[in-house]
Amino acid sequence: MTDLLSLNAAAQAGLMRNGELSPREAFDFWRARAEEDELGAYLWVAEAAPEDVGDLPPVAVKDLFCVEGVPSTAGSRILEGYRPPYTATSVRNLQSAGAAVLGKTNQDEFAMGSSNENSGYGPVQNPWDRSRVPGGSSGGSAAAVAAGAAPWAIGTDTGGSIRQPAALCGIVGLKPTYGAVSRYGMIAFASSLDQCGPLTRDVTDAALLFRHLVGRDRCDSTSVEYPEPVRLPSAERLDGLSFGVWGLEEEGLDRAVADVIRGTLGTIEELGGAVEEIELPSARQGIAAYYVIAPAEASANLARYDGVRYGPRSGDGDLDAMYEQTRHDGFGDEVKRRIMIGTYALSSGYYEAYYGTAQKVRTRIAEDFRAAFKAVDFVVTPTSPTVAFELGERTADPLAMYLSDYFTVPMSLAGIAAVSIPAGLCDGLPVGLQIAGPAFSESRVLDAAHALEKAIGFEGVPRA
Amino acid sequence: MIERDQVLHVARLARLRLTDDEVDRMAGEMSKILEHVEKMSELDLDGVEPTSHVVELQNVLREDAPRGSLPRAQALDPAPDVAQGGFRVPSPGQG
Amino acid sequence: MSITEPEARAYEPVIGLEIHVQLKTRTKMFCGCALSFGEEPNTRTCPICLGHPGTLPVANAEAVHFALMIAMAFECDIAPRSIFHRKNYFYPDLPKGYQISQYDMPLARNGRLGDVRIHRVHLEEDAAKLVHAGASGRIHGAQTSVVDFNRGGTPLVEIVTEPDLRSPAAAAEFGRLLQATLRRMGVSDVNMEEGSLRLDANVSIRPAGEATLGTKTELKNMNSFRFLERGLSAEIARQEELVRGGGEVEQETLHYDPQSGGLTALRTKEEAHDYRYFPEPDLVPIAPTEAMLERARAALPELPAARAERFERELELPGDTARLLSFRSELGDFFEEAIEAGDGDARSVANWVTNELPARIGGADPADTGVEPAALARLVAMVEAKEVSRSAAQEVLDVLVADGGDPRAVVDAKGLSRADTGELAEIVERAIASNQDAVDKVRAGKAQAIGAIVGAVMRETKGRADGGEVQRMIRERIGS
Ligand SMILES: [Mg+2]
Ligand SMILES: [Zn+2]
Repeated sequence: MTDLLSLNAAAQAGLMRNGELSPREAFDFWRARAEEDELGAYLWVAEAAPEDVGDLPPVAVKDLFCVEGVPSTAGSRILEGYRPPYTATSVRNLQSAGAAVLGKTNQDEFAMGSSNENSGYGPVQNPWDRSRVPGGSSGGSAAAVAAGAAPWAIGTDTGGSIRQPAALCGIVGLKPTYGAVSRYGMIAFASSLDQCGPLTRDVTDAALLFRHLVGRDRCDSTSVEYPEPVRLPSAERLDGLSFGVWGLEEEGLDRAVADVIRGTLGTIEELGGAVEEIELPSARQGIAAYYVIAPAEASANLARYDGVRYGPRSGDGDLDAMYEQTRHDGFGDEVKRRIMIGTYALSSGYYEAYYGTAQKVRTRIAEDFRAAFKAVDFVVTPTSPTVAFELGERTADPLAMYLSDYFTVPMSLAGIAAVSIPAGLCDGLPVGLQIAGPAFSESRVLDAAHALEKAIGFEGVPRA
Repeated sequence: MIERDQVLHVARLARLRLTDDEVDRMAGEMSKILEHVEKMSELDLDGVEPTSHVVELQNVLREDAPRGSLPRAQALDPAPDVAQGGFRVPSPGQG
Repeated sequence: MSITEPEARAYEPVIGLEIHVQLKTRTKMFCGCALSFGEEPNTRTCPICLGHPGTLPVANAEAVHFALMIAMAFECDIAPRSIFHRKNYFYPDLPKGYQISQYDMPLARNGRLGDVRIHRVHLEEDAAKLVHAGASGRIHGAQTSVVDFNRGGTPLVEIVTEPDLRSPAAAAEFGRLLQATLRRMGVSDVNMEEGSLRLDANVSIRPAGEATLGTKTELKNMNSFRFLERGLSAEIARQEELVRGGGEVEQETLHYDPQSGGLTALRTKEEAHDYRYFPEPDLVPIAPTEAMLERARAALPELPAARAERFERELELPGDTARLLSFRSELGDFFEEAIEAGDGDARSVANWVTNELPARIGGADPADTGVEPAALARLVAMVEAKEVSRSAAQEVLDVLVADGGDPRAVVDAKGLSRADTGELAEIVERAIASNQDAVDKVRAGKAQAIGAIVGAVMRETKGRADGGEVQRMIRERIGS
């Protein structure tokens, strides 16, 4: 059999369509790879290919997605043993396009984290350096794809949870425009921000997977019909395109990371693109607004985990003791922290100062992007202020951890499309470049990313 | 600064039991995070409308047509305590 | 203390109602489960209404339509844009830990029904049902309950009135008008015992004539208008006694027990009211389009208050009769069909429809019985034309209700047709002859002595004769 590890998912799909690779053979190959995973990337691996496996490579699915009859815990002990009675729309869309579910990948509990250390089922190691984090919250999906334990994967991005782990693992991660992909069956963290998207070896795979994810779902009121067919990228030049750079002077940005990004800006110009610095005046407040809005929504979204209808229950005696003990035992520290912040921010007397203000900051940030896209085609930033950090390095300082999302949160608040692609290495660890475009500009963003990817020539698979 | 009694009040609203240690730690962490959050006040937000949805949609409505319910056994299956065809809980309002 | 002392009448009650109406849609508010009507517990549930992880609500178009109809029926200002909020609290009957409701941007405001101003009208989802299940060994002998999610997620319209009601009787009367109005619109079963209409009342007292509002208490979940009236009376009496004794009314929620007539305070927690409302991110705004508004407008029937007014104005019916025909719209429909049939004076037909008919069919819909509206109209016309006596006609109606048919045929078959004048004159003649005593007394000025002669005639005609006419004939004959 061809060495599937050397092929991107699109090429494997091509072989399957031509009859040169049987879908079952491909599934078994990837199943074996997934079984061999030693990074902690998987929480569950499928036993066998389904009867009706089609001609797309199997997909690794973040644990956050409900798959009927398959353990789906969102990385939380409070859902231990839970097997949903239904399947998420995004997963169903992939299944009907021909991609079987390969396994469920590890993640930060309820997608709350930037290192995957907040999983209720143990951390994930970065395949580039196993003492480092893979990023989060879609850390399992990113590590699996980077390590060749999955041909491709889906994750979710609320404030950077696809882009940041993609950057730290040296792969491509796309956060789609809010509303492009159904959220039905995606276990909610922050409903107004959560989006499902692909984590893939290259930009072509991201476009191919994204093409099968999009579409209005009558089960999700906030989903919309994607306005045009998703194109597979083909560009090799960037002539006539303008890129607005933001954030290279920011305080928390690692110098060496900034240098790799500056190098990429040079590549953009070599490909015929124009680069200019731009200002996003309110984006600096993104983290502040995000850490009000996301916890506030999460505090309500996580109220359903009460030990009544599913999941484990603890606590003897009265009803409140049952609620409080069940939630004490089931939620990890970070989840508790965010529930507390969110509850506080919504509580009587504080709503305006926190939630109300954060929603206004959100308006400002969206306006900043609208203004920017009048001047330039794309906004580019580093994806993460640093390369992958050591396991345990930031766990004692939640705020430092939150600042990992500094460059990705503004796009989430504005609901626009953004992709992270590998820009190069820094001390042997991948650096991600983020390219953002207006809502529903994925095809254009991915086309530009494709041209850059070709020119950068990043070697994807680490030797882990 | 978030005080211990505020932490306890919020934990009560959220139905979260916190150990004594957790209460102290939470007070410190919440204070630090909220201090950062208060940077928002550096912006002039007079007259700015809040955004709760980034997509401009309205009247997304569902046709009033039944779609079928779960068999009861399947509805009750994931529950930790079941009795008399329902989800059993300690009665509310009992000490 | 005598009730005529001015002090005893120095307080006036101020009452407002909060009403929850279950809508009669086919499916729940945010999922595709069919509404439940007493099925086995937890047989009308799905991942959405059980609050499973990852599920999302999608609003029911018909529920929005019904809510718009209600807002229009109450002459509300319909919001150009309204949104849903999450109301956060923990309770086992609330599967998501929040209720999806509307908060500061409700569907409609500023309406009116009768003399009462409507503060707001909004849409929300119902909670599930919690049933006491006795003590359980598994939870250390504690009392347990079981949750049945069949009702959870049923569409509700919440209607809040301004505090415009000034007596328990007025509150109950308003409740009846509201019930009749909603029933007429076909948007709800509005059945209080079954809980499809639920009333909470806010009540306070204040010195009569003053404009300030006193501290109010809330009376929860009255399940009939009679109990609403009694509960309010009991609570007003309690507040008056408290204030007269120098005490102060405390803001609290009370339960009225119709059996004992007692009021008990429901347990309140200090944080119970911190609902942490925020806009529901899973749903988008409702901004009624012209088409949606037009559809709601077109679906509105003539409402009871307007119908009663029309009956009074156009048909000159007495107010009580007009109201009864409007509040029980099935009677009103029957009545209108009867007068449409052309026979019979409207007032007489109304009289028969509101008195004789209910005496025979109770609360049933006359359309479900044998009597046709045209048949009743014909019967009434026969009474008016003196072709049949009133008492004979009542007998005919018994037959019509039971078996249907044509009144004239029934009259003929039972030989109830009114004695003709020639036959009657002979009978009168005979009665006078055989009751000479009574004739003398009447002539001597003892008018009531005529009864004996009338009685004899009636016996002989077996009720086919008209009592008034018989009297007239006797008087004429004996010259008194
Ligand atoms: Mg309500
Ligand atoms: Zn349902």
